[in-house]
Amino acid sequence: MLKARVRNEERIMIAIIDYKAGNLTSVARALQNIGESFLITDDIKKLQAASHIIFPGVGAAGDAMVNLRQKKLDSWLKDWISVGRPLMGICLGTQIVLDYSEENDTKCVGLVPGSTKRFPDHLTSAGQALKIPHMGWNNVEFRRSHPIFQDVSPEAEFYFVHSYYPTPSDERAVLGVTDYGIKFCSVLAVKNLVAMQFHPEKSGRPGLQILRNFCSWRGNDL
Amino acid sequence: MISKRIIPCLDVRDGKLTKGIKFKGNVDIGDPVEAAREYYEQGADEIVFYDITASSEGRDIMIDVVKRVAQTIFIPFSVGGGIRNLEDMRRVILAGAEKVSVNSAAVTAPEIITQGASTFGSQCIVLGMDVKKVGVSEKIPSGYEIVIHGGRKYTGIDALWWAREAERLGAGEICLNSIDADGTQEGYELNLTALISDNVRIPVIASGGAGKPNHLAEVLTKGRADAALIASMVHYRTYTIAEIKKYLSEQRIKTRMLW
Repeated sequence: MLKARVRNEERIMIAIIDYKAGNLTSVARALQNIGESFLITDDIKKLQAASHIIFPGVGAAGDAMVNLRQKKLDSWLKDWISVGRPLMGICLGTQIVLDYSEENDTKCVGLVPGSTKRFPDHLTSAGQALKIPHMGWNNVEFRRSHPIFQDVSPEAEFYFVHSYYPTPSDERAVLGVTDYGIKFCSVLAVKNLVAMQFHPEKSGRPGLQILRNFCSWRGNDL
Repeated sequence: MISKRIIPCLDVRDGKLTKGIKFKGNVDIGDPVEAAREYYEQGADEIVFYDITASSEGRDIMIDVVKRVAQTIFIPFSVGGGIRNLEDMRRVILAGAEKVSVNSAAVTAPEIITQGASTFGSQCIVLGMDVKKVGVSEKIPSGYEIVIHGGRKYTGIDALWWAREAERLGAGEICLNSIDADGTQEGYELNLTALISDNVRIPVIASGGAGKPNHLAEVLTKGRADAALIASMVHYRTYTIAEIKKYLSEQRIKTRMLW
């Protein structure tokens, strides 16, 4: 898999951060399907050599942060983001880029000011009680355009499965919102970071398009 | 707002579909990977595989099927049938399944739910429940009893109690199959579905009895199910998933319409 490729005279190498947070292979298979080469690693040297970083994650915030700190990946992420190369968060990887998560009362990486909160109990929609986790397909209402969502229809739906949601303190970080009894931030974007609560790797064609867009993004949010 | 999910169920034995599925040009497809691809193209929101293989060789073949499915479709899918312990769960999840479902094994050893949830996360663990209507009694206050081994063995466990208990133990979702309605194509068991769905906080997939698009409309509204499992009505090409979704959308039931 460790194979670099040249596009527009730039070296493209996607790295998926391996920090023992759930199954990374579904992201890997989706990248394989769209013909991108990549590596999965927790080795900071290898991550450093990448052009694009994917920060996935399934599981609980507490364990995830313990693993990240053990490997010093939390401080490395802060360095990476300041360099300006693209970073994509997925699901738990989105929640823990904020300062704090209510899940296991966890201090998180802190790339973006804000916190991750649990869905309130007894949410309803049209008289029907809503279940937790928020599991299934839902829309994203975009606040502005972004290169990552180019050629993705505004009608597209994405696969979500989560009980907590990100709340960035700066409204400008909110790229998209989703309605689940309350409107929550489902996509956040700040400079070279884009992070989504849903799983693009499990969201059919629109999801694969997002991954494709990410791989050719240079990290400027314009 | 969240869409209701339409989920085709594929029964697999020794790596082959147990009933041939008729597709384009009435071609009989026996390969579960091809069937999964077809339903993915038709707009399935998720796919359930039920492995009815008895032999251990057959189970290895199923793992290979799961791997190939994971390279072919990019929507969630679950695998159930014969999942007895953490190792069985690990194999299907590492092969690429999003979720595993446990049924009989969870009745005899409920701790498998908790172990699975703490190892892989609740969202991975689906409790499959086979339920029969037996009438209200002291032992079965809801009037619905859990049966196992394909409906042959009564357990003396109340279905409503078991659904709540499974949620407490860490199940992330319930796939609720009515043995009475299963195979009739006359509609889902609406009372049972509403009873369970109203009393747990995790999503409920209704199963058993789907024959017409209207059956799905009923169970997703009156039955308050979060998702509907379908089999024969699409396997025999009586309807496509796209046709079912179009009907539901005319009934103002939101499903994912773009794929």
